[in-house]
Amino acid sequence: MKPARRKEEGRWAWRLTGFVTLCVYIFMFAPIAATVILSFNASMFGGFPMTGFSLQWYGKLMANEAVLAAFRTSLWIALVTAAATTAIGVVTSFALVRFDFPGKQVLSTLVILPALVPETILGVGLLVLIKAVDQPRTLLLLVLGHILLAVPYVVLITQARMVGIRRVYEEAALSLGASRFSSFREITLPLLIPAVVAGALLAFTISFDNTSASLFWRPAGVETMPTQILSMLKISISPEINALGTVMILVTVGIPLIGGVVMQSLTRLRRRGEPKEEAR
Amino acid sequence: MKNRWTLYDPRLAWMLIAPVLLLLIFFLVLPIAVMAAYTFFTFVTAGVETSQLTSANWHEFLTDSYYHGFLLKTLRVGAITALLCGVLGYFPAYFIWATSFKHKWLLLLLLIVPFWISFTIRTFSWINILGEQGVINVALIKMGIISEPLPMLYTEGAVIMGLLHFLLPYMILNVYVSLESIDRTLIAAARSMGCTSAQAFREVTLPLSLPGLAAGLLLCFVLAAGSYVTPQLLGSGRDALFGNLIYDTIMSELNWPMGATLSIVLFVVLGFFAAIYTRYMGMSQIVKGLGG
Repeated sequence: MKPARRKEEGRWAWRLTGFVTLCVYIFMFAPIAATVILSFNASMFGGFPMTGFSLQWYGKLMANEAVLAAFRTSLWIALVTAAATTAIGVVTSFALVRFDFPGKQVLSTLVILPALVPETILGVGLLVLIKAVDQPRTLLLLVLGHILLAVPYVVLITQARMVGIRRVYEEAALSLGASRFSSFREITLPLLIPAVVAGALLAFTISFDNTSASLFWRPAGVETMPTQILSMLKISISPEINALGTVMILVTVGIPLIGGVVMQSLTRLRRRGEPKEEAR
Repeated sequence: MKNRWTLYDPRLAWMLIAPVLLLLIFFLVLPIAVMAAYTFFTFVTAGVETSQLTSANWHEFLTDSYYHGFLLKTLRVGAITALLCGVLGYFPAYFIWATSFKHKWLLLLLLIVPFWISFTIRTFSWINILGEQGVINVALIKMGIISEPLPMLYTEGAVIMGLLHFLLPYMILNVYVSLESIDRTLIAAARSMGCTSAQAFREVTLPLSLPGLAAGLLLCFVLAAGSYVTPQLLGSGRDALFGNLIYDTIMSELNWPMGATLSIVLFVVLGFFAAIYTRYMGMSQIVKGLGG
């Protein structure tokens, strides 16, 4: 009887775990679902109840010059950030994994810090620095700031993959007469591609989403997408914002998902015919 | 013929890390150093300060209870958020780890998806849930349970809820990573020695997953205490946190020396907690958690 009762207890604990998990997932996605649903509301006010289906808010959005300008700005900044951060991140993790040099431990801690220090502090710090040397806020500064914020993640991702690539492959290429650069390009980089793509996508979204630091760093008169949303929210909560949110969700969720699917089918194509490797 | 020593020459390593080193020095180390120096500058009037050294900013911070109140409230909100994240995040992490559900990757993917959705959008979408025209109020009024909308938005509860929404995936992934590294044969061994599943959990699984839980708690605490956007969007003026105070001091009052002082205070306080953590746990768990 006793073991049976205990088994019963275990089952209840497991059910409770499942229930809380379900609640957490609902909690995570309910607000997002509400926003997407409300973006199709015909009502003039940004809220429930639904009064009918309408696409008018998307039409309004497409005619909103300020939003389109902010979208273009954010897109460019995010693209440049993704490209630059990936390049910097890859060479950094190459150095951290393959080489031994004094201060390596310090560097690998330092490189994580931008992800742990609150953005408000990073934001104020950079502003104080450029104020101290009397420089204006520029787009370049904003991009470099975004690179700083994204670098820890790209380094962590590429480093984890680099550790798994055995150095004998590169050394074999070198001993066969390949140059340093071409052994990296022909051997290391192709093996690293999944991490490079994942890192670039993450850097893109980090930059595209960045709010707090951008509020400090953006040049006067420049709005990125999140700061534009913030200033729109200060005026009123119109259904247009819900439509904007939905478009943003489609862009930022769609790009990594498509990227992931493309990557997976590419590796599947390449793996075909090769002996099966352990799954990632 | 090249030998190993010239192949992995430290000089080449320095060239490779030069870009990231310059970036970290000019955008992380130097700004914080200059900010620390700025805390001793003299504030003249909005936007103007002189480099005459003074301890007035520190004196103001240390004696004015207005600032102490802000700091305590920020730490309290950060702690409440982190603890709630820990309690609510452990269940899903455990569930994903232990489930025999075939499409486990889907559950994990759903946890990563929020990272891709703009933080601003995730935060303001709570207005559609908690606001006067939000799901809850409209539904309750329709059902006739209440006649006036409940004031849920623009309260401290709403701020904590927004922070929870933002930080839960961090917590769940941190705990999951540490559960995943547990050798499952240990649990089987405990069970075969006569442990009930509850005992096996208490004696084996829980202690071994504590590093991930601790890393998650630290991460949630630091990120919540440093937040700016969430209190701005979901809180009233009274619910502003230290980040908002810093922003207003610099962007509205243009009092740069005081803003720098407050930033350094937040940096030191949060750094203190992170230092305690790394003293006992090391950095590796955080690194694992961030790398997902």
